[in-house]
Amino acid sequence: MPRLLATLQHPEFRRGVSDMSAASLGIAAWGLVTGVAMVKGGLSVPLALLMSLAVFAGSAQLAALPLMTAHAPVWVVWATAFCVNLRFVVFSAQWRPFFTRYPLAQRLAFGYFSGDLTYVMFMRRHREPQPGSGQLQYFAGATAINWLSWQLPSVAGILLVDSIPTHWGLGFAGVLALLGLALSLLSDRATALAATVAGAAAIAAFALPFRLNIVVAIAAAVCIGLMVDGGGDAGRRDRDALLRALQRRGHPAGGSAGERA
Amino acid sequence: MNTTESLITIAGLAAITIVTRSFFLLSGRELVLPDWVKRGLRFAPLAALAAVVAPEILMTHGQLIATWKDARIYAALAASAWFFWRRGILGTILSGMAVLLALKFGLGW
Repeated sequence: MPRLLATLQHPEFRRGVSDMSAASLGIAAWGLVTGVAMVKGGLSVPLALLMSLAVFAGSAQLAALPLMTAHAPVWVVWATAFCVNLRFVVFSAQWRPFFTRYPLAQRLAFGYFSGDLTYVMFMRRHREPQPGSGQLQYFAGATAINWLSWQLPSVAGILLVDSIPTHWGLGFAGVLALLGLALSLLSDRATALAATVAGAAAIAAFALPFRLNIVVAIAAAVCIGLMVDGGGDAGRRDRDALLRALQRRGHPAGGSAGERA
Repeated sequence: MNTTESLITIAGLAAITIVTRSFFLLSGRELVLPDWVKRGLRFAPLAALAAVVAPEILMTHGQLIATWKDARIYAALAASAWFFWRRGILGTILSGMAVLLALKFGLGW
């Protein structure tokens, strides 16, 4: 109990709370829409409550629902949710240095509660692992608000399904929250190009099953990012060959990009 | 789906949440990633978000939208403009939703 109190009073806990509160409106609108969608998709109220409280992953839930409604085989639902959640596998590689010193049960709990917004906000505030700098407290604060502002509206949506107007496009608030997060990750031309490629690839490959378009988009963006960034030997060779070809044609982009590198 | 099937599906989905979000936290041993993987990972979070967001803004029923009269485009532009001006997530959401609702109810888009 004293430890809990100390956590709640820690300045980094409050910082996490206030950072996440800025996005809570978007999370809440999205949670509400997801709650409504679960019941409208044919789940009973107890099952919808269980799904919201146990799965705790909005985009995976929204991707799984139409498949469950259409009586798709269970493995198809799982494969789709896995692809939608694949970004979290990448995020977890970056959580690793912050959390390896904790026991497995705690690491699993950290992982379970770390959503998109928690990840971006945490990494923006704490770039390097530093024990004693309130990183755990920041995570706890941000996670508490993230969880509450998702679950409370989601439960409200499940229970009040008929009195909530979904045709207003409320769910778009969640998209806008993710858009803001994506924009906050833009740091240079390489990341901007990678994001553009990812968005275009996700749309172009949208017809793929199991939401594999997200996997294609990440792969394409990482390849482009590495090439532009001069990363990897293969990438560097390709880029140099491209620049030489451009310079031979007297293309101005060849010269300026070469100087920058 | 009957109740048992739904329960199994939901339990599996919860397990997928835990496994994907904890994936690289599962092993406590030292993990050495090649340098190019580390540099490549820098682009992955942004790419994943862009891959989730872009279809939500530019597609309807699995098709790229073929009209300019879609409130989502202008809502996303307004939200982006706000973000680059003020850098706040709340304002980004509110400005985008204001444009979305104005176009939806004002012009019927």
